[in-house]
Amino acid sequence: MNKLSLAGLLGLVVRRDLLLAMRRRADVLTTLIFFVMVVSLFPLGVGPEQDMLRKMASGVVWVAALLASMLSLPRMFSADYADGTLEQMMLAPQSLTVLVLGKIVAHWMLSGLPLVLIAPVLGLQFDMSTQALGMLVLALLLGTPILSMIGVIGAALTLGLRGGGVLVSLLVLPLCIPVLIFGAGAVEAVNSGMSAVSNLALLGAFMIFALVFTPFVAAQALRISME
Amino acid sequence: MAINWFKYSAPSTFYGLAGKLIPFFAWPAAILFAIGLYIGFFVAPTDAVQSEAYRIIFIHVPASILSMFIYLIMAGYAALGLIFNTRLSSMMAQALAPTGALFAFISLWTGALWGKPMWGAWWVWDARLTSELILLFLYLGFIALQASIEDPRRADKAAALLAIVGSVNVPIIYFSVKWWNTLHQGATIKMSGTSMHVAMQQAMFMVLVACWLYAIAVALARVRSIILERERNTQWVSELPEVKYEDGGAK
Repeated sequence: MNKLSLAGLLGLVVRRDLLLAMRRRADVLTTLIFFVMVVSLFPLGVGPEQDMLRKMASGVVWVAALLASMLSLPRMFSADYADGTLEQMMLAPQSLTVLVLGKIVAHWMLSGLPLVLIAPVLGLQFDMSTQALGMLVLALLLGTPILSMIGVIGAALTLGLRGGGVLVSLLVLPLCIPVLIFGAGAVEAVNSGMSAVSNLALLGAFMIFALVFTPFVAAQALRISME
Repeated sequence: MAINWFKYSAPSTFYGLAGKLIPFFAWPAAILFAIGLYIGFFVAPTDAVQSEAYRIIFIHVPASILSMFIYLIMAGYAALGLIFNTRLSSMMAQALAPTGALFAFISLWTGALWGKPMWGAWWVWDARLTSELILLFLYLGFIALQASIEDPRRADKAAALLAIVGSVNVPIIYFSVKWWNTLHQGATIKMSGTSMHVAMQQAMFMVLVACWLYAIAVALARVRSIILERERNTQWVSELPEVKYEDGGAK
């Protein structure tokens, strides 16, 4: 048997997860519809005043994105765990860290990227300016991968537990708060005429930091859960 | 003479040692609490700006310090348990978590009581308050994860990983004061000296030490219960005098 290169393995895992998701499109769509729905509920709750909506738009979109990404986390490993695929993957003589990285990339493409793409439409509902919309998309583009990366640790730790869905939110949401602060802060900065560079730089730093450590930590978590 | 450094890393030997140590921490804690709070509430002078309401800091500040320190110690024990696969370290981490959560809660509660007369609001979204709240969430997550996994070894390891990941948050708490410019006071006790009255310092220091001793005593008492619960099927537990007595009494 020829050994795959790391990039080859990464591509294989991502392609497999995307393919599986395309066979069950409803799962991906549910997350997206949830996101749209949560964002749309806020004006109904707080009233339709344009000024207020414009002010809270970025925060609302970010919180909704956070919740939506939590929603899809338990599915990350559960199907593979249930039919034994995960165990085979862990037995395979390939790097588990790279496998987890592949899972993260696939999870982001299925749950993070659609949110980034639809966020401008939702921002228009809140009467956001063009500059603010652009910054929102940019910040989400930097921030949503971090949500997937932190989330994968929670998903791996709660694998196969009763009530894992609620538990994973309890574990992961507090860790995601810095992303929320700086992500929403970037849009806030543009609205108040300041430079958003510092917020974006911090988000970028978080992303690199998470990219280095979380696949490894999540691989350890998987080993603990599968013992 | 060769000393066996690892003698007390076995739950069976540590159980007895912990039982003997508890009074040495519990009594000084009670005495220091009494003296420290007496000085804090009756001896220390009234603050020029904040009048009597400032006195809550004698509880608030030690509780906040302890809530952060305990998280680091808990994460340290958890890491030891994960790396060296020692059962007792994981049990200590589990025993420390509720105490840490309690201190975080007290810190938030007393902070709210202080904030009402000072800032005119029970709660403001200040960086330190928010970080302390996140810390409380981290404790609760640790406890919840530990509680929801039935196999104790897997629970230990999973919770340990979570604690290590969460400890990234503790420096953020510390630096949040510098990162965000907010309502919360800057540090009063600095390395180069302090602007506090001597009696205030003494009271604060005594309550802080009392909190430390209390935390140690409670953690030791709790780890004894955890040891008994996990080792209940072993020979040495069934031979403990208190267990024998209980059995005899029940029958």
